[in-house]
Amino acid sequence: MTKPSESQKNYIRTVRRRRRTVQFMRLFLFLFFVVLWEVAAEFSWIDSFIFSSPLRIAKTAWQMLQDGSLTMHIGVTLSETLISFALVVICGILLAILLWMLPMVSEILEPALVVLNSLPKSALAPLLIVWLGANIKTIILAGMSVAVFGTILNLYTCFSQSSPEKEKLIYTLGGTKKDTLLKVVLPGTVPNILSIMKVNIGLCLVGVVIGEFIGARRGLGYLIIYGSQVFKLDWVLMSIVILCVIAMLLYALLGRLEAACLKRL
Amino acid sequence: MSELLEVNHVSYAYHSIDGETETLADISFHIKEGEFAAIVGPSGCGKSTLLSLICGLLKPEKGEILLDGKSIAGEKERIGYMLQKDYLFEWRSIYSNVMLGLEIQKKKSEKYTKRVDQMLKDYGLWDFRDVRPSQLSGGMRQRAALIRTLALQPELLLLDEPFSALDYQTRLSVCEDIYRIIKKEQKTAVLVTHDLSEAISMADRIFVLSKRPAEIKKEIKLDFNMKERTPMQVRNAPQFRDYFNLIWKELNEHD
Repeated sequence: MTKPSESQKNYIRTVRRRRRTVQFMRLFLFLFFVVLWEVAAEFSWIDSFIFSSPLRIAKTAWQMLQDGSLTMHIGVTLSETLISFALVVICGILLAILLWMLPMVSEILEPALVVLNSLPKSALAPLLIVWLGANIKTIILAGMSVAVFGTILNLYTCFSQSSPEKEKLIYTLGGTKKDTLLKVVLPGTVPNILSIMKVNIGLCLVGVVIGEFIGARRGLGYLIIYGSQVFKLDWVLMSIVILCVIAMLLYALLGRLEAACLKRL
Repeated sequence: MSELLEVNHVSYAYHSIDGETETLADISFHIKEGEFAAIVGPSGCGKSTLLSLICGLLKPEKGEILLDGKSIAGEKERIGYMLQKDYLFEWRSIYSNVMLGLEIQKKKSEKYTKRVDQMLKDYGLWDFRDVRPSQLSGGMRQRAALIRTLALQPELLLLDEPFSALDYQTRLSVCEDIYRIIKKEQKTAVLVTHDLSEAISMADRIFVLSKRPAEIKKEIKLDFNMKERTPMQVRNAPQFRDYFNLIWKELNEHD
């Protein structure tokens, strides 16, 4: 390989500098916010009883970790989210395939799916509680309800936009509709499926927390509602912070998975 | 030589809510075994439709299409179709791309795979069998696509403007390659194209279609007095220009 020219080196330098600045500013902003919050609470610029403070949150978290309750709440929310996500993936893919196989059925069901998808799912949660009772099933269903309709619609759109010419190729090779599904449509839309799923895991978390708001005795959603009722706002804010972290980690995890899958393709 | 393909009084129309488009009107022609036929015509005249009919993807509204005297409905396996683009799947290696047809028809027996291996070796793709399609040149991709079609060992090969997606340089050499392969494998071929020189350089016989609804306007038998013809040699032959002008006039004659 030839040595990079001076201008190439300059270019690389600029790119690197920019990347460093972005990373530094992100970290700085985060720390600035945390310190400001703490200082504001310390000097009573804000009422730390209702706004809490980073230190109080950390203390609360430490205490609850000691008695094991925090781990339990996180574990409950996390497992409910993962279960409902798994079910969304399975139901979403299967139903989207079904719709793709039966164009007339999908035409008939389209308005229903669109309505269900745009319906605010939090409106369903009270119904689910009444119908199914306040238990884990309800919460998982609430988690699914937020993500599943969008998943079906998005996947179905992906499937039906997959190349008709490639499907023709399968038919010229003597294949059937099933072959076009297995050899063209599914493998060709793996990247889309993965990116849809990446968004969905966050939606499942939203649904699970909504479910926990009204029908749970455990989980971070419960902790938020309970904390607000008994004015333990340290709990509320701590739970929100933890939810942020969980959402970020789940997204990153699926991002990793996506990258790994795409690399293998 | 016996007639391999018979197209008898075939007509076809596309239907939509806004009305019907009569595409083919009473097309008849016969093609002998081992022959290389070309069908030329103005764009949008239904050339591709005709190929889709011959390979059984569409059903004619009137008329019949026979292979060896039998209706093509039961003889689909004996017909290979090569599309305008190679449509190699990026998520498969070249080898698994050319095996696609065998995989679909569950014919991955030694009898077929050995033939595929041999073709890959003969036509310069053996060393590339494990790479992804994007790493091949346009010409190599087209050869891979042809092997994918030939893997099923069809007797009749349908070529639907197989070079139209390539740039001119590549096109000439791929045309040469594909012609050599088809002749070596002793296949009967029907080529559809709007490129007159391409049709003349490869075909033994040319059918000129009219505008929609298409009929066969003229049939021209080509003879270059060569023992072993190749598309390039034909392009340089003195008769080439005469045939070109003849067909050109035929296509541009407004009736």
